[in-house]
Amino acid sequence: MSPEDGSNLLESDAASVSFKETELTLGLPGESRGLALIEKTGGKRGFSETVDLNLGRSSTVDSDHKKYSGESETDVQNMAKPPAAKAQVVGWPPVRAYRKNAMKGCKYVKVAVDGAPYLRKVDLEMYSSYQQLLNALQDMFSCSSFTIRNYLNERAVTNQEVNNGVEYVPIYEDKDGDWMMLGDVPWKMFVESCKRLRLMKSSEAIGFAPRTPSKCSSSN
Amino acid sequence: MITNKKPRSSDTDSNYMRDDRTEMSEDDDRSPPSDSIANGSCPTRTCTPGSGSGSGSGSSSIPEYSAPYPDRVLENVLENVLWFLTSRKDRNAASLVCRSWYRVEAMTRSDLFIGNCYAVSPERATSRFTRVRSVTLKGKPRFADFNLMPPNWGAHFAPWVSATAKAYPWLEKIHLKRMSVTDDDLALLAESFSGFKELVLVCCDGFGTSGLAAVASKCRQLKVLDLIESEVSDDEVDWIMCFPDTETCLESLIFDCVECLVDFDALERLVVRSPSLKKLRLNRFVSIGQLYRLMVRAPQLTHLGTGSFSPSEDVAQGELELDYVSAFAACKSLVCLSGFREIVPDCLPAIYPICANLTSLNFSYANISAEQLKPIISNCHKLQTFWVLDSICDEGLQAVATTCKELRELRVFPFDPREDIEGPVSEVGLQAISEGCRKLQSILYFCQRMTNAAVIAMSKNCPDLVVFRLCIMGRQRPDHVTGEPMDEGFGAIVMNCKKLTRLAVSGLLTDTAFAYIGKYGKIVRTLSVAFAGDSDMGLKYVLEGCPRLQKLEIRDSPFGDTALLSGLHHYYNMRFLWMSACRLSHQGCQQIAQALPHLVVEVIKHEDTVHTDDYADTLYMYRSLAGRRHDVPKFVSIL
Repeated sequence: MSPEDGSNLLESDAASVSFKETELTLGLPGESRGLALIEKTGGKRGFSETVDLNLGRSSTVDSDHKKYSGESETDVQNMAKPPAAKAQVVGWPPVRAYRKNAMKGCKYVKVAVDGAPYLRKVDLEMYSSYQQLLNALQDMFSCSSFTIRNYLNERAVTNQEVNNGVEYVPIYEDKDGDWMMLGDVPWKMFVESCKRLRLMKSSEAIGFAPRTPSKCSSSN
Repeated sequence: MITNKKPRSSDTDSNYMRDDRTEMSEDDDRSPPSDSIANGSCPTRTCTPGSGSGSGSGSSSIPEYSAPYPDRVLENVLENVLWFLTSRKDRNAASLVCRSWYRVEAMTRSDLFIGNCYAVSPERATSRFTRVRSVTLKGKPRFADFNLMPPNWGAHFAPWVSATAKAYPWLEKIHLKRMSVTDDDLALLAESFSGFKELVLVCCDGFGTSGLAAVASKCRQLKVLDLIESEVSDDEVDWIMCFPDTETCLESLIFDCVECLVDFDALERLVVRSPSLKKLRLNRFVSIGQLYRLMVRAPQLTHLGTGSFSPSEDVAQGELELDYVSAFAACKSLVCLSGFREIVPDCLPAIYPICANLTSLNFSYANISAEQLKPIISNCHKLQTFWVLDSICDEGLQAVATTCKELRELRVFPFDPREDIEGPVSEVGLQAISEGCRKLQSILYFCQRMTNAAVIAMSKNCPDLVVFRLCIMGRQRPDHVTGEPMDEGFGAIVMNCKKLTRLAVSGLLTDTAFAYIGKYGKIVRTLSVAFAGDSDMGLKYVLEGCPRLQKLEIRDSPFGDTALLSGLHHYYNMRFLWMSACRLSHQGCQQIAQALPHLVVEVIKHEDTVHTDDYADTLYMYRSLAGRRHDVPKFVSIL
């Protein structure tokens, strides 16, 4: 499960690099198991040094993944998981990209923004956290200036150019037809149950909770 | 063994007895171990008795009376006889008997199989074999499927299609695996072969729907168009509409991997005018309601890929009300079922009527639970091939074991292919299968944990195993219960499964595992190794102990130059060796290249890695009569 409080970690990426756990080199087989310090015999691990944080997705490395590497370390600290979640390796396990893509499926949902004349569609499977989704929405609707109220960590995701745009609250319709606030349930559960998204103007969001952060934001 | 009992003076030309190993079958059991091949320009080999006048009675100096007429008679007889020889092995044997047999065999071979497209040039192949009707080509090595090979490495179909277009205008069948095929190639194919009947593309890429359109529209005799796990780009051409309006000869149309929408009405009309259609595998853009319509049109189907197996968004309600059960019941010949790409489990009961007839069932894209599986599988008494997701858990596998006594092949794929997570299947499932499915011949099993005990049990319960591929997804995981390496389990497999020819190992493995493989794996042809072994000894055991080894693929294992050099005696007998992220140096690879001139030694660089000039990222080497290839990309150096 991905942590919802991702944005803080963008800064701590640099710090986390010093952790042994984040060393991207892998031990050669036959040497000490687990993630002990690796002697860099040539350092060559070929493709296995290329980290592919494949969470059921095809193995293209992009900036989202690199950001995510920081998140997974905090994830480890937050959750009761085995102490060292290994960074994943290219081509392992040996499942063809076609199958991996087929399994993740496509979870396209419509996104409506109050006041916009037409809808967009996003593939929820493209993202691994609420933060990533909100960033993408921000990019997608960047032509209109607005700020998405991010209830996950109380920090608004802002359009950097225009600061006094309209604020929107992201909500979604779930399988039961109810409109829910983003962030209450774990990401994967959200992906499975989300039928459509709406960015509702903050001014209309009278019935929703005030600005205290959701208590479940870092739940598993 | 065919022997030529009549010595002929014309047969002394040893050029025609050279060992064209590269054109031999992949199942080349008869290649002699460690025969050294002369490094001269004309490799020769010791001829077996009866292989010509060089042996036996041929040493007499009495000239044979060779009138032209008996020659022709014999050749005609040979020709007529050799037409019946279909097995590659037999044909290769026949071609080595003597020059005359070589010639006649070359004239009568109709199925050309090239296991490595770089092992021989298209020109050479087409000039030797003049009457070929079917060509099979394999390109990239298997590890390319897992992104271990940079894109654009090679395996281009283009030179082959142009050579065969000139040499075999009557060509009927082309079967490609892991080749790069372009739309232009397909267009040329469609233009050049007027009687073309079968196109099978497995794990290919580089083409799109416009290429398919060319084939559909021009190949009027087309019986088979099978696209299997290939990447097809969407050129926004509706290729289904390009089939001629008249009745077609189509017997098999497989396009489940094509990730683009097809016009359904066009598809339905195509099915209607294809009365010979027996195999139809739809892609995931076909909803269950559309499937219904097609099934009603084609109750004669024997193989069906169901597409999404869920209702489309728009007409959901109407689709759910259709009588799927009778549609399935009407397909009395259905023996092979696949698809279920976006399955709605509520729709599953529709297939009950045909379960009892099924010999092959592919649920490997269906995220179903044990509970959902049980009512289906409990009726599948005749099932021989079963592919499934691990979502069915050990409990689902137990249900399989209870009913499917005829099971020959099982593949259990991971729904979530990550390491370090709780997996739903384990040694429990494997043990159950081994106890229930005694006739098992082939298994591919992904899991997160395993025990030696379960693997040993399988080795004893399933003596017919030919293929054993176990993938413990966490790298270097030991026996889950004892904490020991998985050496004993794999050792038992090679020891007890006397028919085993293909093995893939995983988990924590020491050199001992490889010692077992070298000692007992005498007929192993294909071996796949990842994150295993302790030292060079591991690889040495295998190279020295497995005389039938043809294909060896290794990644991330501590095998170095010494181990590599220990296989010099054997590399000409292999189709290829792949070693990535091991401990090979450029010098070591160079030594091999120098020692074996008929081996193409490719060192492949990966952009993403930090290079020290010493180590070779990836070594891919293969025997070849064609020498270094001419389409080498920048990141490959041929030593």
